[in-house]
Amino acid sequence: MAWAEALRDALPLAQGSLAPVRERGRRGLAERPMPGRRQESWRFTDLAALLALDPGSLGHPPAIPASASPAAPALMPAPEAGILQLRLDGSGDPLAGVALPEGLTILEGVELEQALGQCLEASGCRDHWPVLLNKASAERVLALRVRGAVQPTLELVSDAGEGPGLLPLRVLLLLDEQASLSLLQVHRSSGANLTSVVVEAHLGRAARLQHGVLATGAEGSVLLAHVAALQEPGSELSLATATAGWELARLEPRIHQAGGAARSRLRGLQMVRVRQLADTHSLVHFAGPEGSLDQLHKVVADGAARSVFNGAVRVPREAQRTDAAQLSRSLLLSDRARVDTKPELEIVADDVRCAHGATVSRLQQDELFYLQSRGIAAVQAARLLLRGYCEEVLRDLPPAAARWQPLSALLGEPTVVR
Amino acid sequence: MLRPDAPVLLEIRDLHARVEDQPILRGVNLTIRAGEIHAVMGRNGSGKSTLSKVLAGHPAYSVTAGTVHYRGEDLLTLAPEQRARIGLFLGFQYPVEIPGVSNLEFLRVATNARRAEQGQDELDTFAFEDLVRERLQVVQMDPAFLERSLNEGFSGGEKKRNEILQMAMLEPLVAILDETDSGLDIDALRIVAGGVNQLAGPDNATLLITHYQRLLDEITPDYVHVMAAGRILRTGGRELALELERSGYDWVDRELAALEVV
Repeated sequence: MAWAEALRDALPLAQGSLAPVRERGRRGLAERPMPGRRQESWRFTDLAALLALDPGSLGHPPAIPASASPAAPALMPAPEAGILQLRLDGSGDPLAGVALPEGLTILEGVELEQALGQCLEASGCRDHWPVLLNKASAERVLALRVRGAVQPTLELVSDAGEGPGLLPLRVLLLLDEQASLSLLQVHRSSGANLTSVVVEAHLGRAARLQHGVLATGAEGSVLLAHVAALQEPGSELSLATATAGWELARLEPRIHQAGGAARSRLRGLQMVRVRQLADTHSLVHFAGPEGSLDQLHKVVADGAARSVFNGAVRVPREAQRTDAAQLSRSLLLSDRARVDTKPELEIVADDVRCAHGATVSRLQQDELFYLQSRGIAAVQAARLLLRGYCEEVLRDLPPAAARWQPLSALLGEPTVVR
Repeated sequence: MLRPDAPVLLEIRDLHARVEDQPILRGVNLTIRAGEIHAVMGRNGSGKSTLSKVLAGHPAYSVTAGTVHYRGEDLLTLAPEQRARIGLFLGFQYPVEIPGVSNLEFLRVATNARRAEQGQDELDTFAFEDLVRERLQVVQMDPAFLERSLNEGFSGGEKKRNEILQMAMLEPLVAILDETDSGLDIDALRIVAGGVNQLAGPDNATLLITHYQRLLDEITPDYVHVMAAGRILRTGGRELALELERSGYDWVDRELAALEVV
């Protein structure tokens, strides 16, 4: 396929410490076909928005937008006490001049080599096309070891801006036994470009990670993101993701409970309008007994937009006494919007509780009428209901997310910088 | 205190309404003046609840004939929110649970919509919270409920108290309470009824829709209407409710049968 070839040609030659990784990524891209509708996991996902990007432009990150550009839909809130903000622009060192707080250290050398890719491998997405693309293009990886309870929230911020390009972001977090961290990723784009995110998080025994992803795009923008978490027994992961505004967003949370007995909580919200497409393919694999999953995925679809959700849960024989619940709820705001939602449960163990459910509905007439009967105009009532619907997911974001005014950002409302 | 010269707040004339293809109301007539408390009683399916929903403007019901005037204004042409803003209130039999919408925020938006209609300024956050805290006492409600999602996970009694709290905030001129007593134990019933009594005054009116006499032990109506087959069959004073309690609704069937013959 000409587009894929042009993309490979555009990717710069592998250099620097990640050269071997990048070379493997390049080779993978050459060996494997582009995702397409014939592959089951891309069956409902039209890649037109990706293919509309000039492949020749994807060899470099978009020009860094001026920080105070009035064209930016929302300004960046300034860093605050209790928050360690790192800006990722795909080329510079996000840690330059940064004093890391107690508990965070840079992972490098052999340790990095050993750890990098482990979560991708464990969760079976090492050779996914978006991962290969990220490997082939990311010049650096932000790799941190987490020890003990790290106080400040780690905030990773990227803004692809308006210009063309590919912004590759790769992050690796190694949480030691009993470590805890609150992590917020904020990704934005305001034009036709590609943001590629691969985050690996290895949670040691009894480690805790509260992880939020808030990603807002614009017309023409594409987001391809993998979050791969490897959980040791006793660990707790809370992952809340919220996306809106991307012409195409594909999110793949992949959780691997290495020995079971860990807790995973997933919250997802994807909002699509006009002709946007958002797709979440999640996978939770229990490789040992007594693990738990609590997953809620929500969709708001308006206009002629499309939403795809595929929630895979794997409970092999060794995962006895697993307790998993998955619920997918979709709100249709228009007749032309389309939602494809599919639970995919593979259960071999016999002593488990695995609940799943899916609903697709419109705003409820009874709820609207109740609000109207208290003097609230129909339009405002609908807005209140919509906000309430989203809040259920957004309240799982780390508290630091509040200053980004996530709901307003997702709804495309003006935000006020405090 | 009944005053025959008190202004008419609600005037219902020959009201017919249906839900989908099913006629439910078949000629309701009712006049409510300021200062009055009315009770509408009747069996399930008699049209009591439909009457309340039609008055509040529920979109599932369509009016096929008749008129309703609220302080002289044609009520039926108004959107539900406009009816609320000019002072009509419906206390729901089954208040709706709305996750994610905070009770406090909801009360604030609703109260300010009503105030704007009356030409009053919006209340700022502090003034509003002061007012809510004061009105909470009307139904002896714990302020913690304000922080929760609207009705989410509330018990039956808590939901009904929350309805009366909304009424206390909105200060309606005509409050229609649809089976407010259903699902309440006696203590909760007393609290809710006490709230309604506190809010009833010479300038407003209350229309209680109920199945049972026991609510009327707590709130004394000036008029009791018995509804059957979509119309008001008989109107009387308090004693009518007591008579129903004693002898049941069998006489209703006989009267209806007689009507059908005519």
